[in-house]
Amino acid sequence: MEFLFYIAAAVSVIATARVVTHLHAVHALLYLVVAMMALSLMFYLLGAPFAAVLEIIIYAGAIVVLFVFVVMLLNQGPLTVEQERRWLPRGAWLGPGLLALLLLGEVAFLIAFGSAVPSDVGSLAPKTVGLSLYGPYIIGVELASMLLLPGLIGAYHVGRRLARGDRQA
Amino acid sequence: MTAHALIVAMILFVLGLAGLLARRNIVYMLLSIEIMLNAASLAFIAAGSRWAAPDGQVMFFFILAFAAAEASVALAILLQLSDRFRTVDADAVSEMRH
Repeated sequence: MEFLFYIAAAVSVIATARVVTHLHAVHALLYLVVAMMALSLMFYLLGAPFAAVLEIIIYAGAIVVLFVFVVMLLNQGPLTVEQERRWLPRGAWLGPGLLALLLLGEVAFLIAFGSAVPSDVGSLAPKTVGLSLYGPYIIGVELASMLLLPGLIGAYHVGRRLARGDRQA
Repeated sequence: MTAHALIVAMILFVLGLAGLLARRNIVYMLLSIEIMLNAASLAFIAAGSRWAAPDGQVMFFFILAFAAAEASVALAILLQLSDRFRTVDADAVSEMRH
């Protein structure tokens, strides 16, 4: 399954380069989603299926959606609809769509012939990872939960809209 | 394959670092940080796969939790900045050092 890995690696590098060099935030986010899907496929091919699923759910699903929300919030106003139409012309879908299509082809190939192609890396079952997570790394899990709660409270506190009088300028 | 995964992780990290240094729009700087975190997690997963140990994936989960907390707080700060300064340019808020 070597060639699948190299195709996914090429897709992720191309998409990441487009993220960094793009001028439109929304287009960059589209490419970022593709880069994360390619990375997720690489995780799967490296024998980490559970990490691949979490990469899709949390990174591409939650964190990027958070970014999309904020980019949309930054541009409120009556012209927003027109602006969004200008941001997403028909050609904008083409690049990320083609890259995602490539990844979809890889996934289809994996579903069809995945068990037939031998792999040189063994897959680590989620059970092994879970046992390690709740065994020797239990303090890390607790610390992560203690990190997420201040993250939530901090985002709520910092992100609240100030009353007009509280503003400096 | 794992050795090449490390090379890919290095390329992605350098791309993210270049974006972080070159761009002044805070949205892109945050995106670059996410890219760098992704590259680090790829390196961890590749190393865990090389030694057939679950520790790499455990580190990936910690990076995931960290990225979620970091993104939420950073985006809240970004909203606050754009509300007060009407810009998302990192140089525009450099007067914060006083």
